[in-house]
Amino acid sequence: MVDFITGHYAYWFTLSLLCVGLYGIIFKRNLVKKVIGLAIFQASVVLFFVSIASKWDATVTVIDKNIPVEQVESYLNPLPHTLMLTAIVVGVATLGVAFTLLIAIYNRYGTLDEQELLEKIQ
Amino acid sequence: MKLFKLLILVLFAAVLLYASLDLPYRGGSDNLMNAERSITDTPVIGNYAIQEAYNDAHTPNMVTVILGDYRSIDTFGEQIVIYTAGLITLLVLRRKRRRKTK
Amino acid sequence: MRSKHHSPIVLLGARLLSPYIMVFGWYVIFHGHYSPGGGFQGGALLAASILLIRVSGGRIISRMQLQEYLNTPLAIIGVFIYFLTGITAMLAGGYFLDYGQLPIPGMEPYWLRYTGILIIEVGIGLTVMAILVMIYDNMVKGEDYG
Repeated sequence: MVDFITGHYAYWFTLSLLCVGLYGIIFKRNLVKKVIGLAIFQASVVLFFVSIASKWDATVTVIDKNIPVEQVESYLNPLPHTLMLTAIVVGVATLGVAFTLLIAIYNRYGTLDEQELLEKIQ
Repeated sequence: MKLFKLLILVLFAAVLLYASLDLPYRGGSDNLMNAERSITDTPVIGNYAIQEAYNDAHTPNMVTVILGDYRSIDTFGEQIVIYTAGLITLLVLRRKRRRKTK
Repeated sequence: MRSKHHSPIVLLGARLLSPYIMVFGWYVIFHGHYSPGGGFQGGALLAASILLIRVSGGRIISRMQLQEYLNTPLAIIGVFIYFLTGITAMLAGGYFLDYGQLPIPGMEPYWLRYTGILIIEVGIGLTVMAILVMIYDNMVKGEDYG
Protein backbone atom coordinates (compact mmCIF):
# COMPACT_ATOMS: atom_id res chain seq x y z
CA MET A 1 0.00 0.00 0.00
CA VAL A 2 2.81 2.43 0.86
CA ASP A 3 4.60 1.32 -2.32
CA PHE A 4 1.50 2.13 -4.34
CA ILE A 5 1.23 5.66 -2.92
CA THR A 6 4.97 6.30 -3.32
CA GLY A 7 4.85 5.29 -6.96
CA HIS A 8 1.74 7.25 -7.90
CA TYR A 9 1.58 10.50 -5.90
CA ALA A 10 3.28 12.55 -8.65
CA TYR A 11 0.46 11.75 -11.08
CA TRP A 12 -2.17 13.00 -8.59
CA PHE A 13 -0.40 16.33 -8.07
CA THR A 14 -0.28 16.86 -11.84
CA LEU A 15 -3.97 15.93 -12.10
CA SER A 16 -4.96 18.56 -9.49
CA LEU A 17 -3.06 21.27 -11.40
CA LEU A 18 -4.84 20.21 -14.58
CA CYS A 19 -8.23 20.54 -12.86
CA VAL A 20 -7.36 24.06 -11.66
CA GLY A 21 -6.60 25.07 -15.26
CA LEU A 22 -9.79 23.49 -16.56
CA TYR A 23 -11.84 25.29 -13.88
CA GLY A 24 -10.43 28.59 -15.12
CA ILE A 25 -11.35 27.86 -18.74
CA ILE A 26 -14.93 26.74 -18.07
CA PHE A 27 -16.19 28.83 -15.16
CA LYS A 28 -14.79 32.35 -15.63
CA ARG A 29 -16.58 34.99 -17.72
CA ASN A 30 -13.73 37.32 -18.64
CA LEU A 31 -11.67 36.35 -21.70
CA VAL A 32 -8.26 37.20 -20.17
CA LYS A 33 -8.88 34.85 -17.26
CA LYS A 34 -9.67 32.04 -19.70
CA VAL A 35 -6.31 32.52 -21.42
CA ILE A 36 -4.55 32.37 -18.03
CA GLY A 37 -6.33 29.04 -17.39
CA LEU A 38 -4.96 27.75 -20.71
CA ALA A 39 -1.41 28.65 -19.61
CA ILE A 40 -1.80 26.72 -16.34
CA PHE A 41 -3.10 23.71 -18.33
CA GLN A 42 -0.01 23.69 -20.56
CA ALA A 43 2.32 23.96 -17.56
CA SER A 44 0.76 20.87 -15.96
CA VAL A 45 1.27 18.78 -19.10
CA VAL A 46 4.96 19.77 -19.25
CA LEU A 47 5.33 18.83 -15.56
CA PHE A 48 3.81 15.40 -16.17
CA PHE A 49 6.21 14.52 -18.97
CA VAL A 50 9.30 15.61 -17.03
CA SER A 51 8.22 13.62 -13.96
CA ILE A 52 7.96 10.28 -15.76
CA ALA A 53 11.58 10.46 -16.94
CA SER A 54 13.02 9.94 -13.47
CA LYS A 55 14.93 7.05 -11.91
CA TRP A 56 15.86 6.44 -8.26
CA ASP A 57 19.34 7.72 -7.29
CA ALA A 58 20.14 9.10 -10.73
CA THR A 59 21.88 12.34 -11.65
CA VAL A 60 21.14 14.98 -14.29
CA THR A 61 21.66 14.34 -18.03
CA VAL A 62 25.16 15.89 -18.24
CA ILE A 63 28.03 13.38 -18.35
CA ASP A 64 30.06 13.43 -15.13
CA LYS A 65 33.74 12.52 -15.10
CA ASN A 66 33.44 10.16 -12.10
CA ILE A 67 30.46 8.13 -13.35
CA PRO A 68 31.15 6.00 -16.45
CA VAL A 69 28.68 6.09 -19.31
CA GLU A 70 28.09 2.31 -19.38
CA GLN A 71 26.36 2.56 -15.97
CA VAL A 72 22.98 3.43 -17.43
CA GLU A 73 21.02 3.33 -14.14
CA SER A 74 22.64 6.53 -12.85
CA TYR A 75 21.62 8.89 -15.68
CA LEU A 76 18.12 10.18 -16.36
CA ASN A 77 16.32 9.40 -19.60
CA PRO A 78 17.02 12.39 -21.86
CA LEU A 79 14.20 12.02 -24.39
CA PRO A 80 11.20 13.59 -22.51
CA HIS A 81 13.32 16.63 -21.56
CA THR A 82 14.07 17.25 -25.24
CA LEU A 83 10.44 16.99 -26.31
CA MET A 84 9.32 19.36 -23.55
CA LEU A 85 11.71 22.09 -24.71
CA THR A 86 9.75 22.18 -27.95
CA ALA A 87 6.43 22.12 -26.07
CA ILE A 88 7.34 25.14 -23.90
CA VAL A 89 8.27 27.24 -26.93
CA VAL A 90 5.05 26.32 -28.74
CA GLY A 91 3.13 27.37 -25.61
CA VAL A 92 4.77 30.80 -25.64
CA ALA A 93 3.87 31.30 -29.32
CA THR A 94 0.24 30.27 -28.63
CA LEU A 95 -0.08 32.81 -25.79
CA GLY A 96 1.33 35.59 -27.98
CA VAL A 97 -1.21 34.94 -30.73
CA ALA A 98 -4.07 34.66 -28.17
CA PHE A 99 -3.35 38.07 -26.65
CA THR A 100 -3.05 39.66 -30.11
CA LEU A 101 -6.53 38.37 -30.99
CA LEU A 102 -7.89 39.73 -27.69
CA ILE A 103 -6.59 43.21 -28.53
CA ALA A 104 -8.24 43.04 -31.97
CA ILE A 105 -11.57 41.98 -30.37
CA TYR A 106 -11.43 44.88 -27.87
CA ASN A 107 -10.73 47.40 -30.62
CA ARG A 108 -13.72 46.18 -32.62
CA TYR A 109 -16.45 45.54 -30.01
CA GLY A 110 -15.40 47.52 -26.94
CA THR A 111 -15.92 44.78 -24.36
CA LEU A 112 -14.13 41.65 -23.14
CA ASP A 113 -16.99 39.95 -21.35
CA GLU A 114 -18.38 36.69 -22.69
CA GLN A 115 -22.14 37.36 -22.32
CA GLU A 116 -22.01 40.89 -23.75
CA LEU A 117 -19.95 39.67 -26.69
CA LEU A 118 -22.50 37.01 -27.55
CA GLU A 119 -25.26 39.65 -27.55
CA LYS A 120 -23.29 42.13 -29.63
CA ILE A 121 -22.36 39.67 -32.35
CA GLN A 122 -25.98 38.74 -33.17
CA MET B 1 -26.19 25.78 -16.63
CA LYS B 2 -23.74 25.84 -13.76
CA LEU B 3 -24.69 22.29 -12.80
CA PHE B 4 -23.89 21.12 -16.32
CA LYS B 5 -20.42 22.71 -16.21
CA LEU B 6 -19.73 21.19 -12.77
CA LEU B 7 -20.78 17.77 -14.07
CA ILE B 8 -18.34 18.02 -16.99
CA LEU B 9 -15.45 18.96 -14.67
CA VAL B 10 -16.15 16.15 -12.19
CA LEU B 11 -16.54 13.59 -14.98
CA PHE B 12 -13.21 14.63 -16.56
CA ALA B 13 -11.35 14.39 -13.24
CA ALA B 14 -12.90 10.99 -12.45
CA VAL B 15 -11.94 9.48 -15.82
CA LEU B 16 -8.32 10.68 -15.49
CA LEU B 17 -8.06 9.42 -11.90
CA TYR B 18 -9.29 5.98 -12.94
CA ALA B 19 -6.75 5.91 -15.79
CA SER B 20 -3.87 6.91 -13.51
CA LEU B 21 -4.32 3.88 -11.27
CA ASP B 22 -3.03 1.68 -14.07
CA LEU B 23 0.20 3.54 -14.90
CA PRO B 24 3.52 1.90 -13.92
CA TYR B 25 5.41 2.99 -10.81
CA ARG B 26 7.36 6.21 -11.29
CA GLY B 27 11.12 5.59 -11.45
CA GLY B 28 11.06 1.81 -11.35
CA SER B 29 14.09 0.01 -12.71
CA ASP B 30 12.14 -2.46 -14.85
CA ASN B 31 10.00 0.04 -16.80
CA LEU B 32 9.60 -0.61 -20.50
CA MET B 33 10.83 2.95 -21.16
CA ASN B 34 14.30 2.37 -19.72
CA ALA B 35 14.87 -1.10 -21.15
CA GLU B 36 17.81 -2.15 -23.31
CA ARG B 37 15.83 -3.52 -26.22
CA SER B 38 12.12 -3.24 -26.94
CA ILE B 39 9.56 -6.05 -27.27
CA THR B 40 10.18 -6.52 -30.98
CA ASP B 41 14.01 -6.53 -30.53
CA THR B 42 14.87 -3.02 -31.75
CA PRO B 43 17.13 -0.57 -29.83
CA VAL B 44 15.32 1.84 -27.48
CA ILE B 45 16.25 5.51 -27.86
CA GLY B 46 16.86 6.28 -24.15
CA ASN B 47 19.67 3.76 -23.69
CA TYR B 48 21.17 4.38 -27.12
CA ALA B 49 21.37 8.13 -26.53
CA ILE B 50 23.07 7.77 -23.12
CA GLN B 51 25.75 5.39 -24.40
CA GLU B 52 26.54 6.82 -27.84
CA ALA B 53 26.19 10.61 -27.41
CA TYR B 54 29.81 11.26 -26.44
CA ASN B 55 31.23 9.05 -29.19
CA ASP B 56 29.21 10.84 -31.88
CA ALA B 57 29.73 14.50 -31.02
CA HIS B 58 32.24 14.87 -28.10
CA THR B 59 29.65 16.86 -26.13
CA PRO B 60 28.90 16.15 -22.46
CA ASN B 61 25.31 17.45 -22.63
CA MET B 62 23.04 14.68 -23.97
CA VAL B 63 19.95 16.87 -24.43
CA THR B 64 21.80 19.25 -26.79
CA VAL B 65 23.07 16.33 -28.86
CA ILE B 66 19.58 14.89 -29.30
CA LEU B 67 18.02 18.28 -30.05
CA GLY B 68 20.75 19.46 -32.42
CA ASP B 69 22.01 16.31 -34.09
CA TYR B 70 19.59 13.38 -33.96
CA ARG B 71 16.41 15.49 -34.22
CA SER B 72 17.58 18.64 -35.96
CA ILE B 73 14.67 18.85 -38.42
CA ASP B 74 12.22 19.11 -35.47
CA THR B 75 14.17 22.08 -34.17
CA PHE B 76 14.10 23.69 -37.61
CA GLY B 77 10.31 23.31 -37.78
CA GLU B 78 10.01 24.87 -34.34
CA GLN B 79 11.98 27.91 -35.45
CA ILE B 80 9.48 28.32 -38.30
CA VAL B 81 6.63 28.17 -35.70
CA ILE B 82 8.15 31.00 -33.64
CA TYR B 83 8.74 33.10 -36.75
CA THR B 84 5.12 32.59 -37.89
CA ALA B 85 3.78 33.66 -34.49
CA GLY B 86 5.78 36.88 -34.73
CA LEU B 87 4.48 37.56 -38.23
CA ILE B 88 0.87 37.07 -37.06
CA THR B 89 1.21 39.89 -34.52
CA LEU B 90 2.60 42.12 -37.27
CA LEU B 91 -0.25 41.46 -39.68
CA VAL B 92 -3.28 41.51 -37.34
CA LEU B 93 -2.63 44.82 -35.60
CA ARG B 94 -2.49 47.35 -38.39
CA ARG B 95 -3.76 50.90 -38.08
CA LYS B 96 -4.63 51.95 -41.60
CA ARG B 97 -8.37 51.21 -41.62
CA ARG B 98 -9.10 51.44 -37.90
CA ARG B 99 -10.24 55.06 -37.95
CA LYS B 100 -13.29 54.28 -40.09
CA THR B 101 -15.30 52.64 -37.29
CA LYS B 102 -14.76 55.54 -34.85
CA MET C 1 -3.03 52.65 -14.36
CA ARG C 2 -0.33 54.28 -16.45
CA SER C 3 0.81 57.56 -14.91
CA LYS C 4 2.19 60.41 -16.93
CA HIS C 5 5.50 60.63 -15.05
CA HIS C 6 8.00 57.79 -15.16
CA SER C 7 9.56 56.75 -11.89
CA PRO C 8 13.33 57.42 -11.87
CA ILE C 9 14.10 54.79 -9.25
CA VAL C 10 12.79 51.91 -11.35
CA LEU C 11 14.67 53.25 -14.37
CA LEU C 12 17.93 53.43 -12.39
CA GLY C 13 17.64 49.82 -11.25
CA ALA C 14 16.86 48.58 -14.76
CA ARG C 15 19.79 50.50 -16.26
CA LEU C 16 22.18 48.90 -13.76
CA LEU C 17 20.93 45.34 -14.36
CA SER C 18 20.40 45.18 -18.12
CA PRO C 19 24.02 44.75 -19.40
CA TYR C 20 24.75 41.92 -16.93
CA ILE C 21 21.66 39.99 -17.97
CA MET C 22 22.73 40.28 -21.63
CA VAL C 23 26.23 38.96 -20.89
CA PHE C 24 24.74 36.07 -18.92
CA GLY C 25 22.45 35.32 -21.88
CA TRP C 26 25.41 34.99 -24.27
CA TYR C 27 27.18 32.80 -21.68
CA VAL C 28 24.20 30.41 -21.52
CA ILE C 29 24.10 30.11 -25.35
CA PHE C 30 27.79 29.37 -25.77
CA HIS C 31 28.03 26.93 -22.84
CA GLY C 32 25.15 24.78 -24.07
CA HIS C 33 27.62 21.91 -24.63
CA TYR C 34 28.90 21.64 -21.06
CA SER C 35 25.97 22.56 -18.79
CA PRO C 36 22.17 22.77 -19.07
CA GLY C 37 21.30 25.55 -21.48
CA GLY C 38 21.41 26.04 -25.22
CA GLY C 39 19.67 28.14 -27.82
CA PHE C 40 16.14 28.66 -26.52
CA GLN C 41 17.07 29.44 -22.93
CA GLY C 42 19.76 31.95 -23.94
CA GLY C 43 17.41 33.64 -26.40
CA ALA C 44 14.78 34.15 -23.68
CA LEU C 45 17.39 35.73 -21.36
CA LEU C 46 18.55 38.12 -24.09
CA ALA C 47 14.95 39.19 -24.76
CA ALA C 48 14.45 39.78 -21.01
CA SER C 49 17.37 42.20 -20.90
CA ILE C 50 15.90 44.34 -23.69
CA LEU C 51 12.29 44.24 -22.43
CA LEU C 52 13.40 45.52 -19.00
CA ILE C 53 14.35 48.89 -20.49
CA ARG C 54 11.27 49.06 -22.71
CA VAL C 55 8.85 48.54 -19.85
CA SER C 56 10.47 50.94 -17.38
CA GLY C 57 11.79 53.70 -19.61
CA GLY C 58 9.35 54.68 -22.30
CA ARG C 59 9.78 55.00 -26.02
CA ILE C 60 12.50 57.67 -26.37
CA ILE C 61 14.98 56.01 -24.02
CA SER C 62 14.47 52.50 -25.37
CA ARG C 63 15.19 53.62 -28.94
CA MET C 64 18.79 54.23 -27.86
CA GLN C 65 19.24 50.51 -27.17
CA LEU C 66 17.56 48.72 -30.06
CA GLN C 67 15.57 50.38 -32.84
CA GLU C 68 12.12 49.08 -33.64
CA TYR C 69 12.65 48.38 -37.32
CA LEU C 70 15.64 46.06 -36.63
CA ASN C 71 13.51 43.22 -35.27
CA THR C 72 12.41 41.58 -38.53
CA PRO C 73 15.88 41.57 -40.21
CA LEU C 74 17.41 39.96 -37.10
CA ALA C 75 14.80 37.18 -37.12
CA ILE C 76 15.36 36.49 -40.83
CA ILE C 77 19.15 36.32 -40.30
CA GLY C 78 18.64 33.71 -37.55
CA VAL C 79 16.50 31.46 -39.77
CA PHE C 80 18.95 31.84 -42.66
CA ILE C 81 21.95 30.72 -40.57
CA TYR C 82 20.14 27.43 -39.82
CA PHE C 83 18.99 26.95 -43.41
CA LEU C 84 22.37 27.72 -45.01
CA THR C 85 24.11 25.20 -42.75
CA GLY C 86 21.70 22.54 -43.99
CA ILE C 87 22.09 23.49 -47.65
CA THR C 88 25.91 23.54 -47.37
CA ALA C 89 25.90 20.03 -45.92
CA MET C 90 23.63 18.85 -48.75
CA LEU C 91 25.77 20.41 -51.49
CA ALA C 92 28.91 18.74 -50.09
CA GLY C 93 27.40 15.31 -50.56
CA GLY C 94 25.36 14.23 -47.54
CA TYR C 95 21.80 14.45 -46.27
CA PHE C 96 20.11 17.72 -45.33
CA LEU C 97 21.60 18.90 -41.97
CA ASP C 98 24.23 16.16 -41.88
CA TYR C 99 27.10 17.93 -40.10
CA GLY C 100 29.67 15.26 -40.84
CA GLN C 101 30.11 16.50 -44.41
CA LEU C 102 30.67 20.23 -43.80
CA PRO C 103 33.62 21.50 -45.90
CA ILE C 104 35.91 22.70 -43.09
CA PRO C 105 39.49 21.42 -43.64
CA GLY C 106 41.45 19.40 -41.12
CA MET C 107 38.85 18.11 -38.63
CA GLU C 108 37.67 14.64 -37.75
CA PRO C 109 33.92 13.84 -38.03
CA TYR C 110 33.07 14.33 -34.34
CA TRP C 111 34.66 17.80 -34.20
CA LEU C 112 32.67 18.74 -37.29
CA ARG C 113 29.43 17.77 -35.51
CA TYR C 114 30.50 19.82 -32.46
CA THR C 115 30.99 22.89 -34.68
CA GLY C 116 27.70 22.34 -36.50
CA ILE C 117 25.69 22.24 -33.26
CA LEU C 118 27.42 25.45 -32.09
CA ILE C 119 26.50 27.34 -35.27
CA ILE C 120 22.82 26.47 -35.13
CA GLU C 121 22.55 27.38 -31.43
CA VAL C 122 23.63 30.94 -32.25
CA GLY C 123 21.00 31.11 -35.00
CA ILE C 124 18.23 29.90 -32.69
CA GLY C 125 19.18 32.44 -30.00
CA LEU C 126 19.01 35.38 -32.41
CA THR C 127 15.59 34.38 -33.75
CA VAL C 128 14.00 33.85 -30.33
CA MET C 129 15.29 37.21 -29.05
CA ALA C 130 14.04 39.17 -32.08
CA ILE C 131 10.58 37.58 -32.09
CA LEU C 132 9.90 38.01 -28.36
CA VAL C 133 10.79 41.73 -28.56
CA MET C 134 8.70 42.09 -31.74
CA ILE C 135 5.56 40.64 -30.09
CA TYR C 136 5.81 43.27 -27.33
CA ASP C 137 6.46 46.12 -29.78
CA ASN C 138 3.43 45.34 -31.91
CA MET C 139 1.13 45.14 -28.90
CA VAL C 140 1.94 48.67 -27.66
CA LYS C 141 2.06 50.33 -31.06
CA GLY C 142 -1.12 52.36 -30.70
CA GLU C 143 -0.51 53.91 -27.30
CA ASP C 144 1.39 57.12 -26.71
CA TYR C 145 3.64 57.30 -23.69
CA GLY C 146 7.10 58.49 -22.78
